[in-house]
Amino acid sequence: MTAKIAYADVEVGTELPAQSFPVTRATLVQYAGASGDFNPIHWNEKFAKDVGLPDVIAHGMFTMAEAIRVVTDWVGDPGAVVEYGVRFTKPVVVPNDDKGATIEVSAKVAAKLDDDTVRVDLTATSAGQKVLGMSRAVVRLA
Amino acid sequence: MALDQSFVGRSYPPTDPYEVGREKIREFAEAVGDANPAYTDPEAAKALGHPDVIAPPTFVFAITFKAAGEVVADPQLGLDYSRVVHGDQRFVHRRPVRAGDRLTVTSTIESIKSLAGNDILDVRGEVHDEAGEHVVTAWTKLVARAAEEA
Repeated sequence: MTAKIAYADVEVGTELPAQSFPVTRATLVQYAGASGDFNPIHWNEKFAKDVGLPDVIAHGMFTMAEAIRVVTDWVGDPGAVVEYGVRFTKPVVVPNDDKGATIEVSAKVAAKLDDDTVRVDLTATSAGQKVLGMSRAVVRLA
Repeated sequence: MALDQSFVGRSYPPTDPYEVGREKIREFAEAVGDANPAYTDPEAAKALGHPDVIAPPTFVFAITFKAAGEVVADPQLGLDYSRVVHGDQRFVHRRPVRAGDRLTVTSTIESIKSLAGNDILDVRGEVHDEAGEHVVTAWTKLVARAAEEA
């Protein structure tokens, strides 16, 4: 496996390039098909509101998949991610307009571990609210 | 009503093998807007040391969640699936999932808690390939929200 980033070149506090990920209703329909998660809270506004949500919400697993891109784009080889966990704290609400929602993700190296691995802590927000908690990845560097 | 604690530690039989296809990985990568060539170009994946295209780190969830679904639908467990939301998710990869893998999942109920009327279930899914090698473990926390008072 070939990570682009060398273990020796990072320190605790090293920031990864932050990214913004757009999400529209079309994105969610596409993700539902690819993932096999057809829960109507992710595409049916009436259903979502009937169960007490403000509107259609993104799949938590979609948000989790977007957030780790900050790490995989940084390290180059997605196979370098050995561990990845999140807590789903708030839903990403996706309005039915031209813009949809945006997921903002930043990350930094929180600890240097054994075997050339580092722990990266991620922060993901949408509409000013934290949407993932305890979002952490362990990545093997070169 | 609190769930039966005797289910803690219970394992379910391995699922039938799920065959990971290149086009399914491509479809998933496109759905999350990820253009990393390791997901679509076998040569790019080989240049990184993988035998074939690899799947994004969260791809395996589709397989483990389906397996966990069989656990939560166990009528003896009695979880109200219509009230279930996803609380936490964690993966530990021995190696990335890749095209050509035939994966089976063995699910185990790790814990059952009741908190303020919510039922909280932790399910561990151990994913193995056709050779019996461990590929990834997925931990899924499911929360069945308390039913409102009638």
